[in-house]
Amino acid sequence: MQEALNIKDHNGLFELERYKESQEAKKAFEKWPTEDEIEKVRAYTCSDEYKEKNFGRTALTINPAKACQPLGAIFAAAGFDGCLPYVHGSQGCTAYFRSHFNRHFKEPFAAVSDSMTEDAAVFGGHKNMIAGLKNAYALYKPKMIAVSSTCMAEVIGDDLNAFIKNAKKAESVPADFPVPFAHTPSFVGSHVTGYDNMLKGILFQLTQGVEKAPADNGKVNIIPGFDGFAVGNIQEIKRILKLMGVDSIVLADNSDVLDTPLDGTYKMYAGGTTIEEVKAAKNARATFALLPDSVEKATKTLIKDEWAQQFFASIPLGLAGTDAWLMKLSEVTGKEIPAELERERGKALDAMTDSNYYLHGKRFAIFGDPSYAEALTDFYMELGAEPVHIVVTNGSKKWAKAFNKKLSESSFGKGGKVHQGADLWHLRSLMISEPVDFLVGSTHGKQIAKELDVPLIRIGFPIFDRHHLHRYPTFGYRGIINILTWTVNAILDDLDRKATFNNDFVR
Amino acid sequence: MPALSKQEKQELISEVLAAYPEEARAEREKHLYVNDPEMESTTKCLTANRKSQPGVMTARGCAYAGSKGVVWGPVKDMVHISHGPVGCGQYSWGTRRNYSTGSTGIDNFVVMQVTSDFQERDIVFGGDKKLEQMIREIKEIFPLAKGITIQSECPIGLIGDDIEAVAKRMSAELNMPIVPVRCEGFRGVSQSLGHHLANDTVRDHVLGTAEPADSTDYDVAIIGDYNIGGDAWASRIILEEMGLRVIAQWSGDGTLNEMQTTHKAKLNLVHCYRSMNYIARHMEEKYGIPWLEYNFFGPTKIEESVRAIAAKFDKKVQDKAEEVIASHKGRMQAVLDKYRPRLEGKKVMLYVGGLRPRHVIGAYEDLGMEIIGTGYEFGHNDDYDRTLKEAGDATLIYDDVTAYELEAFAENMRPDVIGAGVKEKYVFQKMGIPFRQMHSWDYSGPYHGYDGFEIFARDMDMAVNAPAYKLMKAPWKNA
Ligand code: SF4
Ligand code: SF4
Repeated sequence: MQEALNIKDHNGLFELERYKESQEAKKAFEKWPTEDEIEKVRAYTCSDEYKEKNFGRTALTINPAKACQPLGAIFAAAGFDGCLPYVHGSQGCTAYFRSHFNRHFKEPFAAVSDSMTEDAAVFGGHKNMIAGLKNAYALYKPKMIAVSSTCMAEVIGDDLNAFIKNAKKAESVPADFPVPFAHTPSFVGSHVTGYDNMLKGILFQLTQGVEKAPADNGKVNIIPGFDGFAVGNIQEIKRILKLMGVDSIVLADNSDVLDTPLDGTYKMYAGGTTIEEVKAAKNARATFALLPDSVEKATKTLIKDEWAQQFFASIPLGLAGTDAWLMKLSEVTGKEIPAELERERGKALDAMTDSNYYLHGKRFAIFGDPSYAEALTDFYMELGAEPVHIVVTNGSKKWAKAFNKKLSESSFGKGGKVHQGADLWHLRSLMISEPVDFLVGSTHGKQIAKELDVPLIRIGFPIFDRHHLHRYPTFGYRGIINILTWTVNAILDDLDRKATFNNDFVR
Repeated sequence: MPALSKQEKQELISEVLAAYPEEARAEREKHLYVNDPEMESTTKCLTANRKSQPGVMTARGCAYAGSKGVVWGPVKDMVHISHGPVGCGQYSWGTRRNYSTGSTGIDNFVVMQVTSDFQERDIVFGGDKKLEQMIREIKEIFPLAKGITIQSECPIGLIGDDIEAVAKRMSAELNMPIVPVRCEGFRGVSQSLGHHLANDTVRDHVLGTAEPADSTDYDVAIIGDYNIGGDAWASRIILEEMGLRVIAQWSGDGTLNEMQTTHKAKLNLVHCYRSMNYIARHMEEKYGIPWLEYNFFGPTKIEESVRAIAAKFDKKVQDKAEEVIASHKGRMQAVLDKYRPRLEGKKVMLYVGGLRPRHVIGAYEDLGMEIIGTGYEFGHNDDYDRTLKEAGDATLIYDDVTAYELEAFAENMRPDVIGAGVKEKYVFQKMGIPFRQMHSWDYSGPYHGYDGFEIFARDMDMAVNAPAYKLMKAPWKNA
């Protein structure tokens, strides 16, 4: 009986004849275009003429690869112990941010909004801040509340600093309770900008009154940045630092809160950087930011000027990337790179040579945030692969120019071009006119990959449609093996799927 | 754990509310009660559709989500502009599972994030020029698009843009419907106002603007089914088996033409009352089209609904309806035989949008499961009135429940499964409580119709009886 049931869900049900008939019949009511019309348009969208039109767009954005500031802000805020991310403005945004992270990490994500509505649009969100801080403090008992803002609050010009002061006066939270804040207008920059602004806000506020010591405390600060692989990467970087014997402070360590065990209790606050650690961070020897795009302005300025610290922003991804990062770390801390890491380096290199033949000369396209896009491109070039299209919706012209120059000077990279400010509809045209062998990016690349029958290597944010990838590092020598594994196996899957006679058992 | 009595639930409410500061507590008190099916109306014991308290962690979204995400977004041959900064459209891109046929970017534009990506200069100087240019570009880039909607994000209403004027001008220039929607997220208190505003714009710009090729006495429209996981298809097929002709689907897998011609329906069948009762009422007033609420979750409710729908037609349809019911009996019994023993007596807590908190109760009951708590993110009092009789005695009812409250309720009542949204999902799983997303069907579905019920039963079993939850305690820890 049980076998006989054979329940079909959406993946098979609608292939049944009765559904196909029903959908076919529906077309009459839809006034659906004929197959001919559709095919004509499809062909047109694949033409050079169309590509030109597509690149001629000046106002229309289609499928961009970026999100807005407060998303990055609450991601940074979630990295502090006992910190409740708080978004000042209309509530819908916060619901979106939370579900965005839920879908990527498959984890809870706590954040509150102060639910500004029409009256607040007229009178400002002052009252909302006073009530919001009070309620959030009473219910969720945080050690700190980190306030960012939605575009509603930004457009009407709410003054976060003044509002928070007044809320403290009104005893919403105790006078000495930390409420760092950052204005995060979503019509400026992108999610990485929001990360930068919020992180700076928190670091600035928590280190007010902390004396700059005459000598540093020997520690190094690590800023992970807006990273969809934060869980795996932060854990990996901590492991490397331990191997090196380097004492470190991760600023915005969300690797625990986004990776909690199933043990019968829900812990809204599950680790993260403590307030004490942030205070100590001011007197660290140096700060290493792992994703340059996440610290571009605010945080960099704070650490260099106010904290008067050495500041390095480079991504430990790929062989040369990891090498350079480790050497800099060694130089700054005076600690040697241990034999164990050298062994790991050798293993990564070994893996690279094992897979070399499937990657050398392969053409690829990539999209995502600037730091990742650049570092991954560099790494794939270490494997002999050739970048063709690099699409980055955020980022700056300056960055793109420097990257383009670097590409033009590489024998593997000279055929590649960075399209800064472009979106995934541009990428589609690019990949039609100049096809590639694989595509690297977030889940949002799925449509193009499917339409053009190109394997998609999921490295980026968000990744909604595959599980657990965020648990694996992309950084360090171990990260190399992960990226390599995902890439070469996707290429081999593609090869097997398309093979007509060659069904080799050995690849 | 034995079920809590009415009295105990009342006490639980007070206990949970004790954590709030006074003002918030006074407001939240009005949103929680213990059900009494004898009551005639909920207006005395419950306030709904009110502003969420600041800082409490509401699950609610905004009017934009209600318009772009729910009502307009699924209309597949129109391009929906997320007008304003990049975020709102980015987060709502391809995450709702309102399925549709067609080719993305060619004739179907549902899973696309089309945005004006506002920059500072657009905020300062206004976005009307950009919008105008954008609309022209859409016409060029997507030649098969039949129309365009402009879904306003928060800034639009604050910077004084005149999107109505742009829409009117461009509609004339390009000779296609261009619909401006003032669904800025700060309007109203939840998604709900967005539904309403979207309904109004369908009424003002689309409905009745084209005539169907032909008409029969058996023409019906499905109103308020978003085809989540294919729900509307699994419903449509039943109506077709009954001998009815579904001339329009609002709005899952829907098209402009279907919406334009719905005024020729003989009967409007309303599934999600909350999000589309407005247009049904309008069609009743203006075109005299009667409407009927129905429920296609679970065989009991389906049967009732099939008969109620058939009763609006002639004997031919009524006979066919009986045939339809009879033809699915065996299969449904087989599903119940398999799953009911595995689910009998299991306790369920729900927290969903505007329809499912009551509509799915029957399906759970078909499986022998009991609802011990339910509530709406954005219901109104008429939704709660409709819930009175559906929910059993002493069911805990919560409106716009906060994360704090829902966690406390679940901790105390320990249901066997919770059905809510993705923001809730992982919280409860950490607590060791099996969970199903009841907005997105947790990437499964359809759940509507006879075909859907099989999947629903399978999925509930998958959640409730997942072996992993029983392994929670490390064996070296003594009991
Ligand atoms: S773009 Fe603005 S309104 Fe939209 S989600 Fe971001 S902050 Fe919210
Ligand atoms: S089914 Fe629920 S989530 Fe969907 S539109 Fe209706 S109320 Fe909203």
